[in-house]
Amino acid sequence: MEAASIPAGPPVSQRVRALVGTYGLTLVLLALPLYYAISDLVHDGNLVRLGENLTAGISNGAIWALVAIGYTLVYGIVELINFAHGEVFMIGSFVSAAFFMTLGLTKGASAIVLFFGLLLTLCVAMLASGMLNAMIERVGYKPLRTAPKLAPLITAVGFSFILQNVGLLWKGGSQQGIPDLINAQHTVVTLFGITIENADVLSIAVTVPLLLVMTTFISRSRLGKAMRATAQDPEAARLMGINVDTTISLTFLIGGMLAGAAGLIYALYQTTIWYFQGFTGGLIAFTAAVMGGIGNLRGAVLGGLIIGCIQQISDNRIGSAWTPAVVFSYLVLIMVFKPSGLLGEQTRDAG
Amino acid sequence: MSAATEAKRPGETVKGGRLPKPALPPWFEKALVPILLIAAAFLPFFFESGDTFVQTCTQALAYVVMALGLNIVVGFAGLLDLGYVAFFAIGAYTAGYFGSGFFSKVGGGEGWHFLVGGTAAKLPGIHVNFLLILVLAVIATAIAGMIIGLPTLRLRGDYIAIVTLAFGEIIGRIAINGDSIVIGGQPLTAGRQGISPVDKIDLPGLAPFGLLDLRPWYWFALVLVGFVLFVNFRLRDSRLGRAWVALREDEIAAVAMGVPAVKTKLLAYATGAAMGGIAGAFLGSFLNTVNADQFQFYFSILVLAMIILGGLGSIWGVVLGAIALSFINTWFIPDVINSWPGKLGLDFDATQITFAIYGFLLVMMMLLRPQGLLPERRHKMELAEHAETSDETLYTAQA
Repeated sequence: MEAASIPAGPPVSQRVRALVGTYGLTLVLLALPLYYAISDLVHDGNLVRLGENLTAGISNGAIWALVAIGYTLVYGIVELINFAHGEVFMIGSFVSAAFFMTLGLTKGASAIVLFFGLLLTLCVAMLASGMLNAMIERVGYKPLRTAPKLAPLITAVGFSFILQNVGLLWKGGSQQGIPDLINAQHTVVTLFGITIENADVLSIAVTVPLLLVMTTFISRSRLGKAMRATAQDPEAARLMGINVDTTISLTFLIGGMLAGAAGLIYALYQTTIWYFQGFTGGLIAFTAAVMGGIGNLRGAVLGGLIIGCIQQISDNRIGSAWTPAVVFSYLVLIMVFKPSGLLGEQTRDAG
Repeated sequence: MSAATEAKRPGETVKGGRLPKPALPPWFEKALVPILLIAAAFLPFFFESGDTFVQTCTQALAYVVMALGLNIVVGFAGLLDLGYVAFFAIGAYTAGYFGSGFFSKVGGGEGWHFLVGGTAAKLPGIHVNFLLILVLAVIATAIAGMIIGLPTLRLRGDYIAIVTLAFGEIIGRIAINGDSIVIGGQPLTAGRQGISPVDKIDLPGLAPFGLLDLRPWYWFALVLVGFVLFVNFRLRDSRLGRAWVALREDEIAAVAMGVPAVKTKLLAYATGAAMGGIAGAFLGSFLNTVNADQFQFYFSILVLAMIILGGLGSIWGVVLGAIALSFINTWFIPDVINSWPGKLGLDFDATQITFAIYGFLLVMMMLLRPQGLLPERRHKMELAEHAETSDETLYTAQA
């Protein structure tokens, strides 16, 4: 009975690899929360501290999700790590801070004035950042469409330096405090001992509608369809009568707008802004995009939320000096276990 | 981008898929190395030995070593590395650990000394001869290069970039926060304060190098450049070099032809890293400090910009690019541009816009000459494609 000895399934090594691929990642992601959940239970007898970390992490991660979408959209369509994107986010913060200070919004203003003032600021910040991003694309990346692949990467770095310098000249080299318009630390409600603050509510209240609008736009509208078509195959899209250049510009515009919105939320959330926030924030958001699977919108959101939680837990337990190292270690582990990201990449190469 | 393959780039003359004719005959290229090195060796005689120009040149030479190392990884093997600063850091810390008073408690406060003379032989801490430090730096960085390379083996282009970036940042963080990691009363690094002073280079048969007489430093750096250039040329024309290029251009075809992908890629990482380590150890000693603030992401980008400016994969291009950018960075922007507003009678401090000038230069360079100053022949034809293989490149490969 020779035939019976031939194993039916794939060899053991492959099965082990598949197991590691599926569960290894989950284990890695859960390691930090689980460890602290156990230590919290042992020391305090409840999970309040971890819960607070996660709440803050999710509201913080919503900001990164908005920035990460910009990275993932751009990467999906032109396969470029847009290094200047973090700086666009920073400029969004600066513009919104400058704008609501010119409007004369103060902490004591009535709720209606504050609401409409901030809505106007949001529009201005989104517009400014979106235009800035589209302009960078026009000046820096479009002439290089046919150039070696690394050339636009270097112009992106160049623009990132220029914008950082703009920020440095604008607000100086140190962290700038801005008026705490929404009373960020004020507790709205306490659930199971976990306090939810104004800042958390704001972050979710702005991010969720924006994300819904954006995903509907991309999946339903004509322009969104054109974007997806261009991402899959620019040549074929062009043959089908899609204006590829306009579509790419639009992608940068949308990415920039989301970064602008994230900039406003960040400014209100942290109540400090500085010229370097774009660099660190950009790296974190890009990590989030890669974590979720680059080119994948839902992946970017999921990655943003996870990174936000990791960041909060690490800030709170390990020390904020180590947070970048912790975030990047997570990135490396995810790349080891599941190179295509959590939800799978959606790029031309991935097919 | 598939649009890129079809479009004809300016200045490119590919006919029938053949390589364009080499710009220089091979014998000329081989003769050029010693001629240029000897010519460069006479340069410091035209300046005073403590001149800042000699210092700028020495630093430029160290950057050349680094850029040549990164060129092996990015230019030859096509693995985009955004965390090259990690190897600079490891090389510099090797110099700091084995050639300074950092481990002051070692040997009961007496210190360990190995083949060192001069003042260093009496100081506490570990003091090892600089040539041995170079060897140690090469070993340490080569191992680190392989460790960093391992997780990237299964990954494609930009994912490699992000993982190497992550490693670079992790090592940068460890350097900054290492002063709070205390093992047996000894911190891991000196953080932002820096390990200083670091032993001067002390060659057998020569007096230790001085802080004021910069000529020996320059010559030593030149010897390093010569060595690394030699290694680069030999590697490029060797079996291994051809294997790197083959992997870069078409991984599936290369593996089918029997190129061991894992070993070849790891060797690229290790070799590139070792050169970064050499330059790092030299700079640690030359700058006389090993400071965590040196090891920022910005530095990886600087070295990458050097090789892209020069022309990926082209050894002469990379040398040119490294010298050009390092002069822009350490001399042109701080000294020349900063004197302009004063001359024009403006009350403006140009140091505030250093970064913007640098960024502007990068953008302009790429817009005007995206293929680099002296592009490599094969790359010229090839680079629009990715380092990795897609179905498209596999089926439509040029004959």
